[in-house]
Amino acid sequence: MIGFAIRRLVQAVIVMLVVALLAFTLFRFVGDPVNQMVGIETSLEEREALRERLGLNDPIPVQFARFIQNAAQFDFGTSYQFRQPVSDLFLKRIPATLELSFMSALFALVVGIPMGIYAGLNRESWVSKLFLSVSLVGISLPTFFIGILLIFLFSVTLQWLPSFGRGEVVQVGSWWTTGLLTVSGLKALVLPSITLGLYQMTLIMRLIRAEMLEVIRTDYIKFARARGLPDRLVHFRHALKNTLVPVITITGLQLGSIIAFATITETVFQWPGMGLMFLQAVQNVDIPIMSAYLLLTAFLFVSINFIVDILYYLIDPRLRVERA
Amino acid sequence: MSVLDIRDLKVEFPGRKSTFVAVQGVNLEVEAGKILGVVGESGAGKSTVGNAVIGLLQEPGRIAEGEVHLHGERIDQLSEKEKRHLRGRRVGMIFQDPLTSLDPLQTIESQLTETIRTHLPLSGSDATKRAIELLDAVGIPDPAERIKQYPHQFSGGMRQRVVIALALCAEPEVVIADEPTTALDVSIQAQILELMKKLCVERNVSMLVITHDMGVIADITDHVAVMYRGKLVEYGETDQVLGRPEHPYTQSLISAVPRPDIRVNRFPVVNYIEAAETPTKHIDISTHWLGKARDYAKPDGALVKIRDLSMRFETKGSVFPSRRKYFHAVKKVSFDIHEGETFGVVGESGSGKSTIARIITGLYHPSGGSIDFAGTELTSLMDHRQVLAMRRQMQMIFQDPYSSLNSRMRVRSIIAEPIKFHKLATSNSEVRQIVDDLLDHVGLGVAAGEKFPHEFSGGQRQRISIARALATRPRFLICDEPTSALDVSIQAQILNLLKDLQEELGLTMLFISHDLAVIRQMCNRIGVMKNGELCEVADCDALFENPQHDYTKQLLELMPSMELLSRANLQEEAGTSA
Repeated sequence: MIGFAIRRLVQAVIVMLVVALLAFTLFRFVGDPVNQMVGIETSLEEREALRERLGLNDPIPVQFARFIQNAAQFDFGTSYQFRQPVSDLFLKRIPATLELSFMSALFALVVGIPMGIYAGLNRESWVSKLFLSVSLVGISLPTFFIGILLIFLFSVTLQWLPSFGRGEVVQVGSWWTTGLLTVSGLKALVLPSITLGLYQMTLIMRLIRAEMLEVIRTDYIKFARARGLPDRLVHFRHALKNTLVPVITITGLQLGSIIAFATITETVFQWPGMGLMFLQAVQNVDIPIMSAYLLLTAFLFVSINFIVDILYYLIDPRLRVERA
Repeated sequence: MSVLDIRDLKVEFPGRKSTFVAVQGVNLEVEAGKILGVVGESGAGKSTVGNAVIGLLQEPGRIAEGEVHLHGERIDQLSEKEKRHLRGRRVGMIFQDPLTSLDPLQTIESQLTETIRTHLPLSGSDATKRAIELLDAVGIPDPAERIKQYPHQFSGGMRQRVVIALALCAEPEVVIADEPTTALDVSIQAQILELMKKLCVERNVSMLVITHDMGVIADITDHVAVMYRGKLVEYGETDQVLGRPEHPYTQSLISAVPRPDIRVNRFPVVNYIEAAETPTKHIDISTHWLGKARDYAKPDGALVKIRDLSMRFETKGSVFPSRRKYFHAVKKVSFDIHEGETFGVVGESGSGKSTIARIITGLYHPSGGSIDFAGTELTSLMDHRQVLAMRRQMQMIFQDPYSSLNSRMRVRSIIAEPIKFHKLATSNSEVRQIVDDLLDHVGLGVAAGEKFPHEFSGGQRQRISIARALATRPRFLICDEPTSALDVSIQAQILNLLKDLQEELGLTMLFISHDLAVIRQMCNRIGVMKNGELCEVADCDALFENPQHDYTKQLLELMPSMELLSRANLQEEAGTSA
């Protein structure tokens, strides 16, 4: 187990280094960083001094090492547009994105899993068929369209929920701001979470349904029934647990993409998160923000994958032995 | 008084267009502490009887007529909830495949205790205590330790013991065992049958054993019911039925069982069964394409010479060679196969039989040793054209007729593929003609070419595999358990077909099987394998009559007793001669 975790950790570090190289290349070679930082009327000498001060004349490997060292300390340089440290900008934005992502992941799991189980167990019932057809809508409509539709229905027509922003936020600790503690904050979360989580919910529901149908046919489920076990045990202890391995894989990957690619939803709802900031950075060629975003996204994916791998181990005892 | 009483049972599966009657007019009685066997071929409805009793008929199946009584109490009309209390508590069930019957993600303990606590009012620790006692009773060593393990940590035989323990959790009155030993090796099969017999006596449990294996029936049952196409054709005491079978189906079924004790030239075919194959024309092989290009140079000595063949698989990788761990599947095996003979390899699962076949055909690269095929060293063959030429000369028939054919290809394309690949025919029309002839020759008929594999039964699919193997005009045929997935009657047909083809084409064969009886009928010489080593190589008759190696002796002793069956055959012979 520990050997496995260490191996995975080493792999994760290698992945991060490769991504860091990409981010560094982006930062160093897409346009001249000095040109981006100074005004047009800066003299050549001043430019050269700045270049020297930033260490841009050092050999490339030394620069890369310094880049990694800084990144490991959460220092990504200064944003071109805001003239502020990129890390400060991110710290302000991260809570918004994470809260939105986890709420939508929660929504996807809490709604998707029971629906999937139900549809898997009651294949022929009209409710399952309804679930399936509705979920088809969830998969085929693009996110921004669903967002706009929800805004039109609940914000414009019914006027129940706000159409943009985080609502009132409360400061927790030194830098975390949360919308979970105020009514307006919670209300503001509803529409974006559903918009962002709808696709994942559909995916999870369909996956669980397909896996359930598969598992229900296996011999050990038949044998469990033949032993007279109540449905509750057969369905949840035996069937559901055996469907979980693929479900965790997909859920993990999806959680990563929820966090990393919340951009569209954040734009539709003007949600002050990282995605929105990234979009603005792209429009203004703000390279430090872009490379930091790249690194952060990669870090999220790598850590989620790492957790997923460990979860496999906890769920499936067969994996624990094969490597031993 | 009988414990389980089945009266006039009729089970049907309503379909969209018509209703399929799986079981009709079946009357069975199981007495206390006795074992009733239900025997028949696949599709005879034997498992359906078991499922009907325990109330687990697959949708949309239902009991249309008849009654099932347990200790005089009618159980077929109970509600689903009442039936659930019956299952496990009063009627236990054992399934065929111990590898898939247990939930892989739960410990043995949790599966046992949940079952015990579902049926008996015991506390958690009492349930665990009972679970350990049960494991001890079914012969699992060190039960207190092993109960904490997961199913994959048990071998197949041990898992079947766990399954039996699970079936016995709440002291049921009847246990239904559906093919309880079919997936097991002979030695394990003997142990499990022994255990089942013992439990019946000790715990006074009645058993309904469903099987296709006459050996199992002869071994453990007190009474036997023979089923054919959903109907009971013969029913009585086992000695009576097997010794003096009255119904022609029973007679032909018994005579189709391969006999390890005597060698016959051809397998008796179950003639009662209406032949599904369309009568086909046989081609004269000597003048046909198949028989041409067979003038190979006579090899110097044996056709295949295998020397010190070894194969190891890495089980633990490491950068340092000294820290790597290997599983040795084949250890320094040497034997010869002479031109025109059938060389049998027999052994239990995991003994390395199939690995040898795969090395010879080039699917695995051996880690040591040499294979000489007609004067060419195969292991060092590098030139792609030469490799192809060798591959063309040797073909393989696999065990599972369901997964060895591409389900998206028509049979015609499946058989034509090797001909086209090796460029053995000049035109498409010639290929077409060859495929037609092959289909005819293996007894499928030309019309089969346009169908897909799923439209055929297991035996027919194995014929397709044989036709495909013949399509390269091979010299050497490797059959890896070609009939172990088939019913006895079908097995007899396929084995006869292989024998005929061998005679007509002068094929050399490597025949791999775990079934000693089949090996005896098919092979000239036999190699016995255990744990990757070749224990003994001998002529067929010599091996069966005078085994040298201890392991061979042990294997021969474990064969299910054929006494009852041979008596039947003697009778039959006496009957025909009289």
